[in-house]
Amino acid sequence: MTTTTLAVLVPLLPFLGAAAGLLLGRTAPGFVRPLAVLPTLASLVLAVLVAVRQGGHQAIGAATELTPTGSIPIELALYIDGFAALVAILVGVVATCVQIYSTGYLRDDPRYPSYAALVSLFTSAMLLVVYSGDLIVLLVGWEIMGICSYFLVGHYWETPEARAASIKAFLVTKLGDVPFLIGLFALATDAGSFRITKVLGTVASGGLDHPTLIALLLLAGVAGKSAQFPLHTWLPDAMAGPTPVSALIHAATMVAAGVYFIARLLPVFEASQAAMVVLAVMAAVTMVGSGLAALAQDDIKRVLAYSTIGQLGYMTGALAVGDRGAAVFHLLSHGAFKALLFLAAGVIIHAAGTNSLAAMSRMRGLRDRVPDAYWTMTVALLALAAIPPFSGFFSKESVLGAAEHVATGHTESAPGAAGWITLVAGLLTALLTAAYAMRLWLLTFHGRGAEAPDHGRQPLTMTVVLWVLAVPSLALGGLAYRSLPGWFDGRDLTPALTTSVVGTGVALVGGIVTYTAWRHTTALVARVPLGAVAAHPEGDAGLVEAEAIASHKPAYGDVAYAPDPADPGRLLLGPLHRHAAVGFHLDAVYSALFVRPVLAGASLVRFLDREVVETYVRGAGALPRLLGAAVRRAQTGNVQTYVSALLAGTVVLAVAALLVATGA
Amino acid sequence: MTLTAATATVVHTTATTAAAGTHGFLSPTGVEIAFLLVGLATFGAALITVTTRQLVHAALWLVVTLGGLAVEYLLLTAEFIAWVQVLIYVGSVVVLLLFGLMLTKAPIGRSPDADSDNRWAALTVAVAAAGALVWVVVDAFRTTWIDLDGPAAGSTAVTGASLFQNWVLPFEALSVLLLAALVGAIVLSRKAKAETSSPPVNSQATTGSSPSVPDSRNHPVERIDPAGQEGAR
Amino acid sequence: MHLAYPAVLSALLFCTGLYGVLARRNAILVLMSVELMLNAVNLNLVAFDVWLSKTARDTLHSGQALTLFTIAIAAAEIGIGLAIVLSVYRNRGTSDIDKLRDSAEGHESDGPDGGALAAEQADQAEQAGKAEATA
Repeated sequence: MTTTTLAVLVPLLPFLGAAAGLLLGRTAPGFVRPLAVLPTLASLVLAVLVAVRQGGHQAIGAATELTPTGSIPIELALYIDGFAALVAILVGVVATCVQIYSTGYLRDDPRYPSYAALVSLFTSAMLLVVYSGDLIVLLVGWEIMGICSYFLVGHYWETPEARAASIKAFLVTKLGDVPFLIGLFALATDAGSFRITKVLGTVASGGLDHPTLIALLLLAGVAGKSAQFPLHTWLPDAMAGPTPVSALIHAATMVAAGVYFIARLLPVFEASQAAMVVLAVMAAVTMVGSGLAALAQDDIKRVLAYSTIGQLGYMTGALAVGDRGAAVFHLLSHGAFKALLFLAAGVIIHAAGTNSLAAMSRMRGLRDRVPDAYWTMTVALLALAAIPPFSGFFSKESVLGAAEHVATGHTESAPGAAGWITLVAGLLTALLTAAYAMRLWLLTFHGRGAEAPDHGRQPLTMTVVLWVLAVPSLALGGLAYRSLPGWFDGRDLTPALTTSVVGTGVALVGGIVTYTAWRHTTALVARVPLGAVAAHPEGDAGLVEAEAIASHKPAYGDVAYAPDPADPGRLLLGPLHRHAAVGFHLDAVYSALFVRPVLAGASLVRFLDREVVETYVRGAGALPRLLGAAVRRAQTGNVQTYVSALLAGTVVLAVAALLVATGA
Repeated sequence: MTLTAATATVVHTTATTAAAGTHGFLSPTGVEIAFLLVGLATFGAALITVTTRQLVHAALWLVVTLGGLAVEYLLLTAEFIAWVQVLIYVGSVVVLLLFGLMLTKAPIGRSPDADSDNRWAALTVAVAAAGALVWVVVDAFRTTWIDLDGPAAGSTAVTGASLFQNWVLPFEALSVLLLAALVGAIVLSRKAKAETSSPPVNSQATTGSSPSVPDSRNHPVERIDPAGQEGAR
Repeated sequence: MHLAYPAVLSALLFCTGLYGVLARRNAILVLMSVELMLNAVNLNLVAFDVWLSKTARDTLHSGQALTLFTIAIAAAEIGIGLAIVLSVYRNRGTSDIDKLRDSAEGHESDGPDGGALAAEQADQAEQAGKAEATA
C-alpha cells in the first residue's frame, strides 16, 4: 500500500470506528469496547508505518480538489513532514492508552458507547488536523475537535459543573475561532490558495500583504484552542469532565493543536515581528500566571490543568523565538508525561474517593493503595519539573536554549525582545513548576491522619497504561534529542550548559522551598480536619469522580480551592493566594464584560417580548373575544327571539328584492 | 253573462285605471260589502286572540275567527271548503286546543304572563311584514277582479270531481300522513313507564309558580325545590 | 269582487298570526297563532283559485285542493303539536316557551350526561334539604 493510502487510513479508521460505535452502541453492546480500542490501535500502527516511511526526509504530499468555490478552491490535501509524522504517533499512542484506560474507568457507565465513539471521532479529527495539507480541511478537523470536547466535557451532565464547563469551553474557543476563520480567509486571499505548501511559498517570496493582521487573527484562534492568556479560562473548568478525556483532549492533543498549527505555518508568523513579540508576551503572561494559580488549587486535576496551560506557554514561547523544533519536541514529551499525570490522577481519585488535595493530605498510606500510580506519577512529576534525565528536562532545555540564543542576538528569525521575555518567564516558570509539582506530590502521597480506605485493586486496564506511558516520560527526551533534528528543521536540540544549570537549579530551589513550607504547615493537618469523600466508593472510577466533582463546592465552598491552613501553597503565595485561587479574577472580568451585558440584553428582549409584542398579540385577540362575547349574548335560547330576528331579516330582504325588481 | 265575462276579460287584459265599465274601482257590489264587514270581524277576532290575557278566551275568539273565515269562503262560493273548515277547524282543532289548555292546567282568568318579553320585537316585525305584504299585494292586483257570477267554483260536485280525478295520489298520501300523525301523537303522549330511555331532569325549571304534578316518578322537579316540597308535604 | 279584499285580509291575518307566534308565552297560544297563519294562507288559496278557475286559467282547482290538504295537515299538526306540548309540560312542569332555553349559550343541556349530573346534584340538594328540615 502506498504511503498516501496509509496516511488516508490513519484518520479514517477511528472515524469509521466512531460511526460504527454510535450506530451499534445500543443494539450490540458487546462490540463497543473492541470498536473503541481496535481502530485507534490500528491507526497508531499505520501512523508508525507512515512515519517510518517518511523518515524525516521529503514531505509526503497529495491533493485532490474537493470543491470549486468560485475563487479559491478547497482541496483534500495531505502534507506529511517530520512534524506531522511524529505528532500523529503521539496522538495515536495517547488515544490508544486513553481508550484502553476508559474501558476500566467507565466500566459501569451507561453512556460508555457514545463516549467511546466521541473519543474515536475526536481522534480522527485530530489526526486530520495533523495530516492535512489544506487549511480549510484543517479547520474542519479543528471544529470537530471543538464539538467533541463540548460533548465529552459534558459527559457527567448530571452535575451542574460539567454542564457549565462544557458550554464555557465551547464558547471561549469559539470566541477565538471566529478571528481564526477570518485570518484563514485573509491568508488564503493573499496567497491565492488554501494549500499549506502554496501559502508557505507565498510567504517565502514575500507575497503576504498584511502579515501582522493575519498573524494576530490566527493567534486569537490559537489562544482559544491552546488555552493561552486571555482565552485560557475554559481549561481549568473543563476538568469537570472524565479524567481520560482530560488526558487526551486537554493535555496531549487538542490543546497542542494550536501549537502545532503555528509550527506548521511558522513562516507566516515570522513575517511579522510584532506578532512574534505579542506571542512572546502572551506566552510569558500565561506561563507565570498559570504557575502561580496552580499553587493555589485544591482540586488535583485543576493543578494539572493550570500546569498544562503553563507548559503550553513554554511551547508558544519557543515558537515566539522562531524555533519550532523545540516547541514540537516539548509538545511530544509533554504529551506523554501530562497524559500520564492525568491518568494517574484518575486512579488516585478513584482510590481516595475525592479529588481534593486537602482531603488527601489528611489520609495516610494512600501511596500503598495505588503503588502503580505512585511510582508513575513520581516519574511524570519529575519530568514535569524538568529534572534530568527525564524527558521533560531535555525538551524544556531545548526551549530555554532557543530563547537564550535569540536573546543574545544569535539569530535573525525573531526579535531579541521576544527572546528575553521568553527566557526570563521560562526560568521563573521552571521555579513555579517545580514548586507546584512538589506540593502535589507531598499533599497526595504524604498525608497524615486516618488510614486511607482500601477499595481493592485498581483495574488492570488502568494500571498497565500508566506504565506504558511512563516509558516515554522517562526516556523519550534522552533518547530522542539527538535524532529529532533530522525530523524537524535541523536545528540542534541539545541542552545548552548555561540554561541547563540555571534551569535545573531554579527547579531544585523551587522544590526545596516547597518542601520546607510543607514541613512547616503539615503540623496543622491534625488540628484542622477537612475532607469529604464520594458516597459510592465501590462504584467505577467514573462514578466516583462525578461525585467528587459534584461534592467539592458543597464541601469546601468553591470548586477550585479549599480553606486549608495546612496547604503549603498558602504560605508560599502569601497575599497572592486569594487571587491566584480564582485565576486572578479573569472570570469575573469576562463575566462583567460579556456575560452580564448578554444576560441584560436577554432579559430586555424577554421583557419586550412579553410586555410589548405579546401585549399587541393579546390586544389583537381582545377584539375577536369581545365580538364573540357580544355575539354569544344573542344566543338566549329563546326560540321566539330567534324566529323574530329571522323574520325581520326576511322582511327586509323581501322589500329590498322588491325595490330592486321594480327598479326603484 | 258572456258579455260580462268578456268585459271582465277585456278589462283584465287592458290594465287601465278608472275605466268606465261594469267594474268601477269604487263601485263595490254587495258581496264585497259583506266580505268587508265579515273580514273586519274576523280580523278583529284574530287580534283579540293574539292579544288577550285570558287563555281560554283566546281559544274562543279563535272560534269566531275560524267561523268568520268559513263565511268568507261561502261568500267566495267555495262551499265545500267552508263546511270542511267548520267541521275540522272549529269542530276538532279548537276542541283539541281546549283539551290542551285543560291538560296543561292553563290558568283561568287573567294570566299576567301570557305575553313574553319579545312582544315589542314581534310587533315591529309583524307590522313591517304586514305593511310590506299589503302594499305589494294591493299594488300587484290593483286591476284584478274575481268573477263570482255563474256556477259556484267550489261546489261539492266540482271539488269532488277535481279531487278524485286529478288529486288522487296526494289524497292517498295525505291519508298515510294522517295515520302517521295519529300514531305519533299516541306515542308522544304516552305516560312514561318507571324508567324510560331518557328521563330528562328539569334542572332549570325552578319557578316558584310552576304547579307540582302528582306523578312523582316522572316529575323529578320536586327534588330541585326541597323547600317547596317540604312545604307541600 | 276585487281580488284585493281577500288578499289583503289574508295578509293581515297572516301577520296577526305572526305576531302571536312571536309574542305569546304559552305554547298552546303559539299553536293557535300558527293556526291563524295557516288559515290566512287557506283564504288566499281559495280566493285565487276562484279567480283563476273563472278565468279558465286553472282547470285543476289546485287552489282548493291544496286548501283541503292544508286543512288536513293542519289538523294532523295540531294533534302532534299538542302531544308534544303535553310531553314538555309533563317533563318540565311548564308550557312556557320562555323556559325552554336548552340552546342557550352556556346552558347545561339535559342530555344523558347533563341529566345524570344534575340528578346527582339534585339528590344531594334534596338530602341536605331533608336533613335540614328534620333537624
